[in-house]
Amino acid sequence: MSADDAFAVELKGVTFKRGSRKIFDNVDIRFRRGKVTGVMGPSGCGKTTLLRLMAAQLKPDKGEVWVNGQNLPSLSRSDLFDMRKQFGVLFQSGALFTDLNVFENVAFPLRVHTKLPEEMIRDIVLMKLQAVGLRGAIDLMPDELSGGMKRRVALARAIALDPDILLYDEPFVGQDPIAKGVLVRLIRLLNDALGITSVVVSHDLAETASISDYLYVVGDGQVLGQGTPDQLMNSENPRIQQFMQGNPDGPVPFHFDAPDYRDDLLGGR
Amino acid sequence: MVHKSFLDRIALFGRSGLDIIESMGRSLIFLWHVLIGRGGAGTGLHLLVKQLYSVGVLSLAIIIVSGLFIGMVLALQGYSILVDFGSEQAVGQMVALTLLRELGPVVTALLFAGRAGSALTAEIGNMKSTEQLSSLEMIGVDPLKYIIAPRLWAGFISMPLLAAIFSVVGIWGGAMVAVDWLGVYEGSYWGNMINSVDFYDDVLNGVIKSVVFAFVVTWVAVYQGYDCEPTSEGISRATTRTVVYASLAVLGLDFILTALMFGDF
Repeated sequence: MSADDAFAVELKGVTFKRGSRKIFDNVDIRFRRGKVTGVMGPSGCGKTTLLRLMAAQLKPDKGEVWVNGQNLPSLSRSDLFDMRKQFGVLFQSGALFTDLNVFENVAFPLRVHTKLPEEMIRDIVLMKLQAVGLRGAIDLMPDELSGGMKRRVALARAIALDPDILLYDEPFVGQDPIAKGVLVRLIRLLNDALGITSVVVSHDLAETASISDYLYVVGDGQVLGQGTPDQLMNSENPRIQQFMQGNPDGPVPFHFDAPDYRDDLLGGR
Repeated sequence: MVHKSFLDRIALFGRSGLDIIESMGRSLIFLWHVLIGRGGAGTGLHLLVKQLYSVGVLSLAIIIVSGLFIGMVLALQGYSILVDFGSEQAVGQMVALTLLRELGPVVTALLFAGRAGSALTAEIGNMKSTEQLSSLEMIGVDPLKYIIAPRLWAGFISMPLLAAIFSVVGIWGGAMVAVDWLGVYEGSYWGNMINSVDFYDDVLNGVIKSVVFAFVVTWVAVYQGYDCEPTSEGISRATTRTVVYASLAVLGLDFILTALMFGDF
């Protein structure tokens, strides 16, 4: 059994628990090859966990995770490291290596996985940095970069080996409007120019909806809804409507579970 | 209610025991992957050399200064005791045997745990909290091979050498105090030392001790960093655990090794 070729990544019947709490309960999610797919949902619903399951940094308690025809939970540790060369990941913090400058960070995957001559590595690094607009920052150290610049350098590093699949973990969090705009443009541009499969995990509705070909909304360990951004905007599911409209109260209550307010106030008397 | 609370305590005690056993199991699997697993991308001698500098060379100052003062104090204390028996000429022998058999390996291990061990834990923990370890995994580089293995080997290699330097500097410090200050005859200081120190019983046993301590201290340090909770508080707790666990392990193992090496049974 292998994944449908139209889909680069497929999660089939995946259940994942932390202690006794089910983060995902028998979910099926597929990511179409060559498209930008957004995974949205409220904070703490398990979006980053989903990304880690796809990258096999976590193992599901049940189910299958297929990436380009390989079922990840069945791979050995060394095969997993080989498989991960197909991935590029943009972490929420950027995760740049703090002891290396911008050039060395982007050159790192090339140095460890290829035997390219130094001149060619330099040319590739310059091209990747040019693509994210940071060729001029080549000699800077990570602590000399702003948050947005760090993510762009991390993006240049993520595409250094021309991966098949790019995973973005909350790429817009903590970014100013200009940096957000730059990232939105880059994600779409890189996807179309390189023909890769992009998965954007985010709770920033406007930005994610604007670049996604397809969206999943997850919550309570389930896929609450899926479709194109327009389809989800017009969904009649009240949970999806609450999320898409950003309503503070609704099926997801404003108040955390608590005893009756009146009883609580008068309880001491 | 009291009965339930008592049962709860027993359950808690049992859970703590299971947690400890689980943690020990994890640390053994961790060690297995670091030492036995395949090399993979990104491993190489240059990483080991960098760590030998950071773990070994940068620890030299504290080892030399401590060795010097401990040797000087040993000579002072030894002289003040031996002079009452007219045996002050044996002070060189006493300083050398104490340093080679015990204080060299043990104090070096304790200092190493405090300086290099805690730094290793904090560095690896910080890499974990800033997702640098995850990032390496996603680039297809095994952090156990790229980050942990060079640090572990650097500790194994550098600590016995540091212990040897500690003992040599200590003996030299002892000579400064005993010979140059207290007036012990130089020939007696060195001659008694040469006659009484046995290569196998004293020097080699000291080296074996320091190799065992190096293994334990570095293993504890890198494992605590790798296994820590990736928060500021988690890193802080892991760093403390490194120093406490490594120091206790060194002292406990020292007793066992001494009993095996020098115990007459």
